[in-house]
Amino acid sequence: MKIAVSAAGPSLDSQVDPRFGRCQYLLIVDSESLAFEALENPAVTSPGGAGIQAAQAVVDEGVEAVITGSCGPKAYQVLSAAHIDVLDGVSGSVREAVEGYRRGELKAAAGPSGRPHSGMGPGIGEGWGRGMGGGRRGGPGGGRGGGRRV
Amino acid sequence: MILSVASGKGGTGKTLVATSLALALEGQEPVQLLDCDVEEPNAHILLRPSISSSQPVLIPVPRVDEDRCTYCRLCSEACVFNAIAVAGKAVLLFPELCHGCGLCSYVCPQRAVTEEGREVGVVEEGLAGEIRFVHGRLAIGEAMPGPVTRAVKARADPAAAVIIDAPPGNSCPVVEAVKGSDFCLLVTEPTPFGLHDLALAVELTKKLGIPSGVVVNRDGSGDGQIEEYCAEEDVPVLLRIPLDRRIAELYCRGTTLVAGMPGWRRTFLDLWESARHLATPRRMSHAGDRRP
Repeated sequence: MKIAVSAAGPSLDSQVDPRFGRCQYLLIVDSESLAFEALENPAVTSPGGAGIQAAQAVVDEGVEAVITGSCGPKAYQVLSAAHIDVLDGVSGSVREAVEGYRRGELKAAAGPSGRPHSGMGPGIGEGWGRGMGGGRRGGPGGGRGGGRRV
Repeated sequence: MILSVASGKGGTGKTLVATSLALALEGQEPVQLLDCDVEEPNAHILLRPSISSSQPVLIPVPRVDEDRCTYCRLCSEACVFNAIAVAGKAVLLFPELCHGCGLCSYVCPQRAVTEEGREVGVVEEGLAGEIRFVHGRLAIGEAMPGPVTRAVKARADPAAAVIIDAPPGNSCPVVEAVKGSDFCLLVTEPTPFGLHDLALAVELTKKLGIPSGVVVNRDGSGDGQIEEYCAEEDVPVLLRIPLDRRIAELYCRGTTLVAGMPGWRRTFLDLWESARHLATPRRMSHAGDRRP
């Protein structure tokens, strides 16, 4: 089966990236042969809708399932619409994750696991006119980050 | 003249200055106050206008006719905001990400994408004495003040004395409020924070090509850094309002400076005149007369 795994690096020994939308790489793996292709995630620098963009990239590859740490609500919506299973809560190396998948140990998520924007680290503003880097109240601005939608 | 009041740092006294200017000009010439801080409008608290109209502000969001759609994905590829996704034979819309740019409907080869309005806020107009008052309120949860700010500014009467109360900060909502004005008053306080954000605000006005001048509020509460900076940058200090507890007390009770201390009226009229002299001359109208 063709599956996608969110990864922190471009090889099977890279760690599974805990975020789907903003992972560094999407590894498209044949679960039987372990042949794979590493795609740089086009959504990693997207100011908004990263999960949507990453999900679209994965849909284009024709995968049947996505393995990741956590998947936000918008990405989940896109993947569900394409009938792609989301197997979340996964950590360890990509190789181990694929093994676990082959042994049927991974469970499909019933809904999105991630909060919106959980892949954005502290101090990153949301851009698009919300005061990125401008001191809105009191002193120098550093965006509004904190890894959550404010 | 269209004069905007901005600051950089929040809480320096923009609304105090903007509302005082409006009250000083009231009766002298037709005056409009546009509160362009659509996320947290507050000028209405000081001026207490009676609102006579309220109009929704809509931005166009896509609507897809799936009977015509061939799932070619041109729309989702075109969308830089990821507001449209095509997954297999399903089109998913995320209107909260949509900026209303219209590109999706433009590129669709099947004309399957049309636009419908999504309400993001309201514009309200009214009168405070003889001051024509306009403000916008961005709906709670909305991320983009731009469309509502533009809707407020669309109500500007170029033949009147227009005062724009801008939001704090130096980012997109401020640019939206301030651009197109003939002069920008930057209200600051004599502290390191005030100076830091004032410098950014001055840079912003320079980039927009708008002449500016500084109002130092709570003068006496800090040091001389603002004055030094203004001298170096050749930005005139047009007014100093001293640190005075009585001004703060009045303001906290909803009374702005010129309303509570009418002796300041003359000073604010002079401020307006100073700004007018430094402002960009308006373009000649078709009749050839030069507007102030």
